[in-house]
Amino acid sequence: MMTTIVEKERTTESPVRVKEHAKSVYSTNQLNLWYGSNHALKNIDLDIKEHEVTAIIGPSGCGKSTYIKTLNRMVELVPSVKTSGEILYRDRNIFDSNYSVEELRTRVGMVFQKPNPFPKSIYDNVAYGPRIHGIRNKKILNEIVEKSLRGAAIWDEVKDRLHENAYGVSGGQQQRICIARALAIEPDVILMDEPTSALDPISTLKIEELVQELKKDYSIIIVTHNMQQAARISDKTAFFLNGEVVEFDHTDTIFSNPSDKRTEDYISGRFG
Amino acid sequence: MRPSVQEMIAQSNGKKSKKVIEKIIPVVLFLIASVSVLTTVGIVITLILETITFFTRVPVADFLFGTTWLPFSNKEELYGIWPLILGTLKVTAIAVVVAVPIGISAAIYLSEYASEPVRRTIKPVLEILAGVPTIVYGFFALTFVTPVLQSFFPDVKIFNAISPGIVVGIMIVPMIASLSEDAMTSVPRQIREGALAMGSTKLEVAMKITLPAAFSGIIASVVLAISRAIGETMIVSLAGGSTPRFDGNFTDSIQTMTAYIVQVSKGDAGYGTTIYYSIYAVGFTLFLFTMIMNILAGYLSKRFREEY
Amino acid sequence: MKYIEQDLVIQRMSGRKILNLIFKVLFLFATSLALLALAILLFRIVTQGAGHLSIDFIQNFASRFPEKAGIKAALVGSLWLMAVVAPTSIILGVGSAIYLEEYAKKNKVTTFIQVNISNLAGVPSVVFGLLGLTIFVRALALGNSILAAGFTMSLLILPVIIVASQEAIRSVPAELRDASYGMGATKWQTIVRIILPAAIPGILTGSILALSRAIGETAPLIVIGVPVIIQFLPSGVMDTFTALPMQIYDWSSRPQQEFQQVAAAGIIVLMAFLLFMNSIAVFIRNKFHKRY
Repeated sequence: MMTTIVEKERTTESPVRVKEHAKSVYSTNQLNLWYGSNHALKNIDLDIKEHEVTAIIGPSGCGKSTYIKTLNRMVELVPSVKTSGEILYRDRNIFDSNYSVEELRTRVGMVFQKPNPFPKSIYDNVAYGPRIHGIRNKKILNEIVEKSLRGAAIWDEVKDRLHENAYGVSGGQQQRICIARALAIEPDVILMDEPTSALDPISTLKIEELVQELKKDYSIIIVTHNMQQAARISDKTAFFLNGEVVEFDHTDTIFSNPSDKRTEDYISGRFG
Repeated sequence: MRPSVQEMIAQSNGKKSKKVIEKIIPVVLFLIASVSVLTTVGIVITLILETITFFTRVPVADFLFGTTWLPFSNKEELYGIWPLILGTLKVTAIAVVVAVPIGISAAIYLSEYASEPVRRTIKPVLEILAGVPTIVYGFFALTFVTPVLQSFFPDVKIFNAISPGIVVGIMIVPMIASLSEDAMTSVPRQIREGALAMGSTKLEVAMKITLPAAFSGIIASVVLAISRAIGETMIVSLAGGSTPRFDGNFTDSIQTMTAYIVQVSKGDAGYGTTIYYSIYAVGFTLFLFTMIMNILAGYLSKRFREEY
Repeated sequence: MKYIEQDLVIQRMSGRKILNLIFKVLFLFATSLALLALAILLFRIVTQGAGHLSIDFIQNFASRFPEKAGIKAALVGSLWLMAVVAPTSIILGVGSAIYLEEYAKKNKVTTFIQVNISNLAGVPSVVFGLLGLTIFVRALALGNSILAAGFTMSLLILPVIIVASQEAIRSVPAELRDASYGMGATKWQTIVRIILPAAIPGILTGSILALSRAIGETAPLIVIGVPVIIQFLPSGVMDTFTALPMQIYDWSSRPQQEFQQVAAAGIIVLMAFLLFMNSIAVFIRNKFHKRY
């Protein structure tokens, strides 16, 4: 039932095999998660590769958001969360008792559903990460801020108002500032939890284009409620349903030739 | 070329100080948070210990059942608490008679009738009324309310229970009004709209829908206000007098529990005298009264919150 | 057959409408009684006290003679008291609030602390005076100093500051916390850099209102034994002192008519002080009104 791409490759020798030599950033093995007595994630097995965009789709309540928040252990901010199984990030289990969450989150950036800049200036927002991690040199900070804002394709729009409050710009711009903020610590992976769900279509398009750019330097995992978005921007897609991974494959395959009836029903809009 | 940000981070994270702070801070904050608990413990222990000392000199039964409070007597000192309790209850009763109709009317008016600009005018005024220091209210009672009362009722003495009662009532109006209004506005709007859509007048909505629904919340506000009235000190000290009496007289000088504590503290009752310890016994009685009221109010408002 | 005669209902409607109007007027009348009381109170005090208000009144010490009586010692004493109460109560209050909102687990100890705080808020101020007398004045031998009175007042307003700070901290959107934690910030970094800056307007507003309560409180000071006739200014926190409400209380309870005017003048000074603090609170509230 739960055919991860890795197992599949071993048996089918598909032409995309070459690409599978890329290193894994995240290997999830038999992950289970409970909110109190609610079994929210069931036996998840997923292998996420470097420099790819991995989309996670599924109807609301399927566990896709929970899963991405487990990848940087943000899910633990909810009281009474229990997990079993393991998630290897660069071959280290993130649930290990001596694995510091701060270190994990320094390596793994996150962009949230609603743009959530801090009520500070645009500059201070982007410089937040470097600063809390001990980088205080003004010149280096300036450099990082500019580079990150450029990386998030927002530099030209805000370069003259870096010291104004980040809430003074539009929602779409705020979200790109949040992406810049995540880029500022040069993370390895960027997690995006429905980053465009609160944005208008034009801002959404800009973010989607940006994701394509960022893919060159970062591994991106994006949760989306929008199947077209997944189809447009991702290399691989995982379909979640009721806390389980129904299917995980190349995005083309998922959308053109899904192997599971439920995936097909969801993709064709029969539910969700 | 500068090193990568992640390298710089790794370098500065080598320092230990960050981890130490994260360990120490919760402990420090817990200690700070426990100050409020220690305060309660301090109050209870202080009151109990000194009250016990008091009871080694004055029999418990005399205190609990005596109806004469005569601590400053040259012959025989009498410590029967009832006159002080009665004084407190007289003032509180008048305060309730004044404050409950005004407070609840104001709450109904604010939650059911008042337009937004009117609300925005009345609410700050009520806040000011709540912020007036009690010493100012006491002065007002003594120099304005009492003379006005005397001009209508010549029997009223310069110190009496009525004047401080009225002013304590004015003082607790904002409390009843704002807490009751909170209770009434938290009745879901759909219920109200349902009744209005059937052609009810606003009065009918208030009386048949909002008031019954918010009832326990409103009662909680009144109980809390009564607790405030019982503990009120300056108004009764200035305008109530210092004559503990065990009768139904409202127009003559009285003494409340709080006023007695002030009277003794003002004079120089030497440390270690029976009079000195008596203020703790009175204070403990006062503490119990207000505590019961507060717990009752807490229970009522919790019940109210559970309904919605 | 119809159960409801629409015509009859409409006919009777006018009576119900009139009743509604009568009660509306009644409710408004009762509400305006409270406003009227405030108006009379302020009017009386201003008319009684304005005559005595002068530069001399501010500059003079207390006196047996009403015409010479001034409020200098009390005014300075109240400022000294604030200098102790403000830092003590804000540090304790905000620290407790941070602990309860950010660190405390949802368990029985936390519930107990929370219930305790709301009960403490209902303890009469005169009882706090008894606590201060026993603990600070006698046990810690601070005497009737500014420090003893300041600590007592701090404990008195502590519950108010804790609750106000908790509300301010709670109203900081969870998204901001998430963003900070998501960057790998530690809890304390998130609190200091994100949560407190966002909560500070609410904390300050609540604290200033609590402090203005402390300025007007009289009963605990009397119980602690704060004197009234003081002819010098304190030079440190261990000195004895007097405060505005104590001075007003003393003047109010004197039999001579003239001292009532002096008391009213003192009340004007006290109320001006409070008005000043409240306008700062309102200013902060408006200036930092919701930026997210």
